[in-house]
Amino acid sequence: MPNQPIIQCKHVAKAFGDNRILNGVDLSIHKGEITTIIGKSGCGKSVLLKHVIGLLKPDSGTILIEGHPLSKMKRAMRKAVKRKFSYMFQGTALFDSMTVFENIALPLVERRSLPKAEIQKEVEEKLRQMDLHDVNDKYPSQISGGMKKRVALARALVTQPEIVLFDEPTTGLDPIRKNAVHSMISDYQKRFGFTGVVVSHEIPDVFYISQRVAMLNEGQILFEGTPEEIHRESNPLVKWFIQGQESRHDDLTGMAPQSQGEKRFNEEMARMRRYENVFSLILLTVENIEEINEKAGYEAGHAALKNFADQMRRHLRITDICSRYGMNKIMVILPLTDKNQARTVRGKLAAEMEVEGVSATTSDLSFSVRVGIAEAKKDSPIEELIATAESGESVSYRFRIQ
Amino acid sequence: MAKIAFIKTPLSALGGFTLSLIHDLGKIAIFFCKGCLHIFSFPLQLSKIIQQLHFIGAKSVFVISLTGVSTGMVLGLQGYYTLVKFGSEGLLGAAVALTLIREMGPVLTAIMVTARAGSAIAAEIGIMRISEQIDALETMDINPIRFLVGPRLAASLISFPLLTAIFDMVGIFGGYLTGSVLLGINPGVYFTRIETSVEMIDITGGFIKSLVFAAIVATICCFQGYYTHKRSQRFGAKGVSLSTTSAVVISCVLILVSDYVLTSFLL
Repeated sequence: MPNQPIIQCKHVAKAFGDNRILNGVDLSIHKGEITTIIGKSGCGKSVLLKHVIGLLKPDSGTILIEGHPLSKMKRAMRKAVKRKFSYMFQGTALFDSMTVFENIALPLVERRSLPKAEIQKEVEEKLRQMDLHDVNDKYPSQISGGMKKRVALARALVTQPEIVLFDEPTTGLDPIRKNAVHSMISDYQKRFGFTGVVVSHEIPDVFYISQRVAMLNEGQILFEGTPEEIHRESNPLVKWFIQGQESRHDDLTGMAPQSQGEKRFNEEMARMRRYENVFSLILLTVENIEEINEKAGYEAGHAALKNFADQMRRHLRITDICSRYGMNKIMVILPLTDKNQARTVRGKLAAEMEVEGVSATTSDLSFSVRVGIAEAKKDSPIEELIATAESGESVSYRFRIQ
Repeated sequence: MAKIAFIKTPLSALGGFTLSLIHDLGKIAIFFCKGCLHIFSFPLQLSKIIQQLHFIGAKSVFVISLTGVSTGMVLGLQGYYTLVKFGSEGLLGAAVALTLIREMGPVLTAIMVTARAGSAIAAEIGIMRISEQIDALETMDINPIRFLVGPRLAASLISFPLLTAIFDMVGIFGGYLTGSVLLGINPGVYFTRIETSVEMIDITGGFIKSLVFAAIVATICCFQGYYTHKRSQRFGAKGVSLSTTSAVVISCVLILVSDYVLTSFLL
């Protein structure tokens, strides 16, 4: 076991009247990890999250925070524990009679741990990071749904919490904003090392940022494991759910999602075994996505990434298979292509794309893309090939963002 | 068996009603005590109290003055026609002032403020409840009772007696308008009678009443809004509308009932 679980649910059960929502949930959340809870709508994901933060009390079972049962905590301890938490509501739950600035500042103002000038600085910093400009004095009803989500995210993160619970942080957002919110969560998690619990329907996007996935079904945890494990899970309920939820195209890049890419890889591998033909793999890694996000804003960064992917797709052969591979990687499978031919494709790709340029809204920034190549060997698993492409000879290109 | 059920059903219904009534009363009492404690819990929320004073108090001055002047004028008219029958119209000042200070001032002020600010309090807190804003406060480790109820209770306790005083003053002036200006009673007589007949105990009585009404109105209106989500089978906007209605109705009924109880104790 890597570390002691920071949150543990033990046989948590809850019913509203005759309606049993949670039916003995056992779940462990580990420190410093992002755990995603998936499941059908109305299966009790939000209810579970509300139990963790203490808004609801279980009918039976216990919830342990850092090994201490939540229900038996003394007042002072409960207060101390509560301060470590932060919660982003599904419906944002912004205070609609307060301005955006007051909303984000409220947790800091009420804690009175910082002087006024500091609070002002902190809030402005958060607003800048969330690409929220000129909204300080606006009320929540005067801004768009996407902005409200970001304000709620800013409010949840402004206290620098140790544990953040996100209840559907991206529902109702367009692909660019959705991916922007996901990478914000991931970046902040890396920077501040908080423990995250995300309730989400965005499969597979949310898997790119989570270390663990738990699936809730009929009030119980049906699966718990890593995102890779869930794709290999044999339980038909889990399989059907994932396949049903997963879209055929990745929303942001328009390419196949990671699991589809892996499936196509396996198909090519089967062909290789049968017909003895070759195939190669190109892996493009956008190395400075965090820097772009930081400088140009998350939305602009993701808009550029989308543009880049569109351009690339246009320059590939129809038989080539593109898929997203993680947050900032694109995997291209080139059937019937050996390493040398793949190198030519890579050169051509770079030259053509450089000439045309990859357009986006911001100036003076460029994508730094590392392109690695690997030729498939019979029966080598995808991870091995990816590792070869990542570690072997690679060329870095810079695509200007115009 | 049928006979027993015939007796049992209304009895159990009565028992259930009584139990839930006692339960609710207890809940309201605890809610009130918590609210009172949080007025003084450190750090004091002065700016929020001032905001609420502005909303509950300052913004009610106009409507209170209007009600006060018309009540005073009506009292002046009615009093004059009654007193003139006994040839004692000189007592009009005393009659108007005592009625206003002891009875009409506190009661009508409380009812007007309930209508103006109490309904708004219930609706505002109710909407905060159904849109999870109160839950959000709790997740931020901000005590919602301290944050929402404390300042409103404090502001009510401060502004009710002051509004009542304004009501009384304006009402006495209204009585003067009809009594002296219209009907020709000597202004000197009108005001001297007030001075000689109104005693400190009348004023304290009115003051105590207005304090009690303040506590009732603020507690009931906040309570109804705060527990909007606990209303059976009524959710969302419908729940808020019902909370607002019952906040106003319960407050008004309690004002009138407690007014009788208080009067009988204070007399």
